[in-house]
Amino acid sequence: MAGALTTSKASNNSTYAGLGNLLMLPSWLVIGFFLVLPVGMMLIYSFLTKEFRGGIIWEFSLAAYDQFFFDRGLFGDDPARIEWTYIKIFWRSIWQAGVATFFCLLIGFPTAWFIATRTGNSRSIWLFLITIPYWVNLLIRTISMKFLIRDTGPLNEFLISTGIISDPIHIINTNFAVQLGLFYSYLPFMVLPIYASVERYNFALSEAAADLYASRITTLRQIILPTVKPGIIAGCILVFVPSLGAFLAPDLLGGAKTFMIGSLIEEQFKGNAGNWPFGAAVSMILLSMVLIVLTYYARQQSKSGER
Amino acid sequence: MAKKLDIRRFPGFLPITYLCLFLLYAPLIIVMIYSFNDSNSITNWGGLSLRWYEDVFWGVESEKFKTAAMNSLLIAVAAAITSTSIATMAATAMLRAGRFRGKSIGFALINLPLMVPEIVTAVALLIFFSMIGFTTGYLTILLAHIVFCIPFAYLPIAARMQSIEEVYEQAALDLYASRLDAFRLILLPLMTPGIISGFLLAFIISLDDFIITNFVKGAGIETLPTAIFGAVKQGIKPNIMAISTLLLLVSVVFVTLSYLVGRMGQNKK
Repeated sequence: MAGALTTSKASNNSTYAGLGNLLMLPSWLVIGFFLVLPVGMMLIYSFLTKEFRGGIIWEFSLAAYDQFFFDRGLFGDDPARIEWTYIKIFWRSIWQAGVATFFCLLIGFPTAWFIATRTGNSRSIWLFLITIPYWVNLLIRTISMKFLIRDTGPLNEFLISTGIISDPIHIINTNFAVQLGLFYSYLPFMVLPIYASVERYNFALSEAAADLYASRITTLRQIILPTVKPGIIAGCILVFVPSLGAFLAPDLLGGAKTFMIGSLIEEQFKGNAGNWPFGAAVSMILLSMVLIVLTYYARQQSKSGER
Repeated sequence: MAKKLDIRRFPGFLPITYLCLFLLYAPLIIVMIYSFNDSNSITNWGGLSLRWYEDVFWGVESEKFKTAAMNSLLIAVAAAITSTSIATMAATAMLRAGRFRGKSIGFALINLPLMVPEIVTAVALLIFFSMIGFTTGYLTILLAHIVFCIPFAYLPIAARMQSIEEVYEQAALDLYASRLDAFRLILLPLMTPGIISGFLLAFIISLDDFIITNFVKGAGIETLPTAIFGAVKQGIKPNIMAISTLLLLVSVVFVTLSYLVGRMGQNKK
């Protein structure tokens, strides 16, 4: 058996050698035609001129990007000043996504560690329990959160009935509600990659550290965290990236003051704003930010692979 | 000795894990409980009842939700079948076709739908469909769903294929089976658990999607998530909780099935 395996490997005769591109053809057609091409068209769209009735004119224009970055007054003839409105929305999105990521890490790391140090069956059951909520409809999870934290919701009722507070805490429509929603939406994304890296962690390292009288905290800081760092970074990216462009949590849990990128984009297409080139430009800016984060991640991964 | 056992354990990690589970499940469980509430308001508890489930199936809004559920179901089945087939072929290319030009970029392509933020995909597709003059409707929703289901179907399929040694197919080829026969009679049967798992995951992902569907659906066509979203915009009503509970159960059942099928395959090996 082992011999047969080596022969087939040595002659490099994969069963379907030469059919690779043919087998990939459907993926190329579908993803190329309905994702790569559309993103290309969106890029073109962001450089077109908008028409007053929500349509577009096929004329090159930088107006969409100009509107994002510069304020030229009501009639467009004032000297250009920096437009802070949209930059602030982006900054708020980054901040909200960052806070959510931080809390996911705070809860996710110990959970992942705990699960990875279980054995056999109990480990796969724990993992399964963490994954289930991810597969439950995001809309339904967000609605559940909204229901729970309303001013007259079960959370406030519970806290009042136990006498901890006397007046309901106002959570909904605050920044905190959105952070909570994002945290809740993407928590499983933090646990899984960290789990995968802790699972590969060699506990002899901890043993050696303990033998050399390192305290638990020292071992955690100096040995464990650097070793499982790739998993932590992967988890942070998996939470941060979708949080950045999230629409449901800010829309259902937040209010006008918690406007994020997702809502800004949605408003250009579905809402009253009706400015498609501007919506396309904002989407392009969001996509570029995400690609920067992912490139950074790829670099980190290849670096840790070299080591 | 006692010290050695200790290295794996950090005080406080167990309670945090319980907290994590509690945070993940509490909101869902509370909604499930309140879906049995016999009261017109969502705030007051009026005892147990199934009236909101009756309302979902036979009430005023039932037609709307039934049509939406039917749309969701048909789209999810069609999208899952198509994306599973595409993903199976892609996995065969990646794992069974040796080296070929465009392999690594092909791998990136399969995962691309996971990298692009959902809202960006939604915008790009809306622009694309309107540019080429495609009327938005069932077909646009279906095409969009196939695209983002591919990576999800691919994961379990590729994982399964990786665990099957190529020697079986090689043996078939040595015995003069054609490559199509090797694929049809050897690889596919061995792959069944992985393919079923991939199909089920793609099905749930399609059933769950809100953002992309919301952008590319035509006027008047609703899937269950867009119909629920539209209703929630007017405030959470008790019937929404009953629908949510039902949809939640569907997801849980399908994930559990996918998990069990995947494990069943492993045990057989």
